[in-house]
Amino acid sequence: MSDEEEIILSELSDEELTLQMHDDLYDGMKEEIEEAVNILLERGWQPYDVLTKALVEGMRIVGIDFRDGILFVPEVLLAAGAMKGGMAILKPLLAETGAPRLGSMVIGTVKGDIHDIGKNLVTMMMEGAGFEVKDLGINNPVENYLEALETGEFDILGMSALLTTTMPYMKVVIDTMVEKGMRDDFTVLVGGAPLNEEFGKAIGADAYCRDAAVAVETAKEFMAKKHNQMAAG
Amino acid sequence: MAQISDSDLTETGLDAPSDPAGRVLILACGALAREILALIKLNDWGHMDLTCLPAKLHLYPDKITDAVANAVEKHRADYDQIFVAYADCGTGGMLAAKCEQLGVEMIAGPHCYSFFEGNEAFGKLEDEITAFYLTDFLVKQFDAFVWKPMGLDRHPQLRDVYFGNYTKLVYQAQVNDPALDAKAALIAEKMGLPLERRFTGYGDLSVALGGILRG
Repeated sequence: MSDEEEIILSELSDEELTLQMHDDLYDGMKEEIEEAVNILLERGWQPYDVLTKALVEGMRIVGIDFRDGILFVPEVLLAAGAMKGGMAILKPLLAETGAPRLGSMVIGTVKGDIHDIGKNLVTMMMEGAGFEVKDLGINNPVENYLEALETGEFDILGMSALLTTTMPYMKVVIDTMVEKGMRDDFTVLVGGAPLNEEFGKAIGADAYCRDAAVAVETAKEFMAKKHNQMAAG
Repeated sequence: MAQISDSDLTETGLDAPSDPAGRVLILACGALAREILALIKLNDWGHMDLTCLPAKLHLYPDKITDAVANAVEKHRADYDQIFVAYADCGTGGMLAAKCEQLGVEMIAGPHCYSFFEGNEAFGKLEDEITAFYLTDFLVKQFDAFVWKPMGLDRHPQLRDVYFGNYTKLVYQAQVNDPALDAKAALIAEKMGLPLERRFTGYGDLSVALGGILRG
């Protein structure tokens, strides 16, 4: 973009602006994203449309290029930072306008682990996809998860760990849920760099999610199954 | 032995001697090369040769197990014994399982921060989950190992995204070297963390290598 003339966002058509937002998200340009979100809202766009057509679609492209090894973690973090800027504007408006809600998730990094980059990406992508997310932060003992789950406000439990020394703690949480007879009330998704599908199965999670985009798709699938079961029941 | 550079130890490792002199081959992470060579010299362990895999493998821990296994197979015929100078190093028990299968020993513990400190002592530092550790090698290779792979050379604004949850930088010194102390101080400043210097010496690395019999 540096060789081209400066783009005046407000002079672009809706379609051009949306595509420009995809580019700006890709390039991690937070201020431009915030400006564009405000322009679309001023033009009468529904917050939900700004979210899905501009931001989520832009992050979907980022997710694909990350998966394919074209983009790397630093660039994804910058894109996420830009999306966060847009989300900060949209979030209160989405709540006011009663945007569709796909489900709810409580998420946290497990006890002994302070790594939260992946978890934060999942949180943001899930919110972008229409999930309500409560983020418990880092270093969570089993009690924190249980306390949140016992409120009855959540469909999904998400757990994250970056260390091979902390990832076994996920099993402690799941085993405690089993002991309390509440395991089957929730979908349990796990993720983190050292995990894999076998580990997810071995500890009794419903699914291992390789990255934030996979987490969103997996959460959607489980929510659809749940709704189908409820409809059938 | 020809001069070895830290960047070579990071990127390519260290070849085994073309004419094996020892009966034991230490197959190590490049990040431990200088410490192991120092211990060999200090203790006159003439029965040991050293070869190293690139230290950068630690950026992809899922590749460590296969790389170690391949190297064991490559050198097995030339030595009576091969000792793997790796701890678990983020392999989630995979390396230990492979070493057992191959019939070779390795260093106990989760990683080098633990065995330099001493595994038992490190296990008691439960309040240190918010500490970011560096060894002598990592102080020397900080840019190649941490700053550049994290993209901080290009995007310094991401610093607090990466390090915001840490409360201190612990520099585990294997040797007393004012130049390394000064570099660690600069790194701490760059990371925005207070520095704690802790002299560990060679810790359990010395114990593990010292346990290898001369045969």
